[in-house]
Amino acid sequence: MAEPFQFELVSPEALLLSEEASEVVVPGSEGYFTVMANHAPLMSTLKPGVVEVKLASGDSKQIFVRGGFADVSPSGFTLLAEYSVPLEDLDMAELDQEIQNAQEDVNDADSDEKRAKAELLLGQLETCRDAINASRH
Amino acid sequence: MASLKDLRNRIASVKATQKITKAMQMVAAAKLRKAQTAAEAARPYSARMAIVLANISSAMEGRDDAPKLMTGTGSDKTHLLLVATAERGLCGGFNSSIARKARDRARALMAEGKEVKILCVGKKGHDALRMEFGSILMKPVTFREIRNIGFAQAEQVGQQVLQLFEEEAFDVCTLFYSEFQSVISQIPTALQIIPAATSSGDEVEEEAANVNYEYEPDEEEILADLLPRNVAVQIFRALLENAASEQGARMSAMDNATRNAGEMIDKLTLSFNRQRQAQITKELIEIISGAEAL
Repeated sequence: MAEPFQFELVSPEALLLSEEASEVVVPGSEGYFTVMANHAPLMSTLKPGVVEVKLASGDSKQIFVRGGFADVSPSGFTLLAEYSVPLEDLDMAELDQEIQNAQEDVNDADSDEKRAKAELLLGQLETCRDAINASRH
Repeated sequence: MASLKDLRNRIASVKATQKITKAMQMVAAAKLRKAQTAAEAARPYSARMAIVLANISSAMEGRDDAPKLMTGTGSDKTHLLLVATAERGLCGGFNSSIARKARDRARALMAEGKEVKILCVGKKGHDALRMEFGSILMKPVTFREIRNIGFAQAEQVGQQVLQLFEEEAFDVCTLFYSEFQSVISQIPTALQIIPAATSSGDEVEEEAANVNYEYEPDEEEILADLLPRNVAVQIFRALLENAASEQGARMSAMDNATRNAGEMIDKLTLSFNRQRQAQITKELIEIISGAEAL
């Protein structure tokens, strides 16, 4: 059994989760990574994706997050997410709408820089949707 | 001298008013509790944000490739005043004190020869500033239909501000809102959000100094991602503080109004009774003197 550490999930509106966890998998913008106890201090931005939390009590939770960043400090792990919802409550139609918006952003972008940004987001959202679809079926 | 009937009508109307102000006070009290909980719930996020920001900005210090949102555009010619007020009146001096603070700042900046633009969030601030600054006022953002301010609304305002910044429409952005202290005291506050003020509390500094962070991707990219978010978070915090202040101000204003109405009813009832007695006495005298004359 892995050593537990303090895990907090914070959205701008409220502190959503504050519990002892043994393992958390996070969708970092450079790729998924796993945080366990005594992880080196790390700061990373997030891409849209699913956070998997293994609680110290043995339960596990899957939460969809979008936008934000992860802050691993010696005192614990804080996930600041602008939008987060438990995976089972996630509405696929909403995600599809997001993807459509991202697609429009790509089409409307007036500079290369903006287009690159929009394309990146679109790609991330699509990967995320495919992953969730695969896990549900 | 008003007739008895007039007095009776006035007492009835003051009583009706008192009922309304009393109800408004109670509604404000209930809403205040909700607004306070919301403001408290939002605190962890903005506190964390401040810590993270302090961490990164101390790592970025002395580098000249820092983003413009942090260092500024290098000039301070054009100022954007973001004035957050309530959508409704009847809350004492709440709206006017924020508007006054913004007006003073705008005048001071204009006297220095700077260009000033004003963006109002909330209808009341717009109304208060329209007379003097009509030409430099932007189209106001209003959330009249929205009952509970969420992060989405703050983000919307943030987007608008950031877009203006990208178009180089201003150099410095200052946010005006009312800090909630207690039900009887709300402090109008000016907060500079662009460029981000990096002076944070001692507590934050200490924590920042102890930890040697690894960054993924590098500091620069995180900062570029973080600063726009920070603008939205600051606006969100201000909106929540405002919501709590507004209800607090309305509560005490309505409490005063209810008390005033009570005093007025007492006074009116007194003069009503006095006049009624005077009339009875008069009628008695008439009857008695009529009987004596016979």
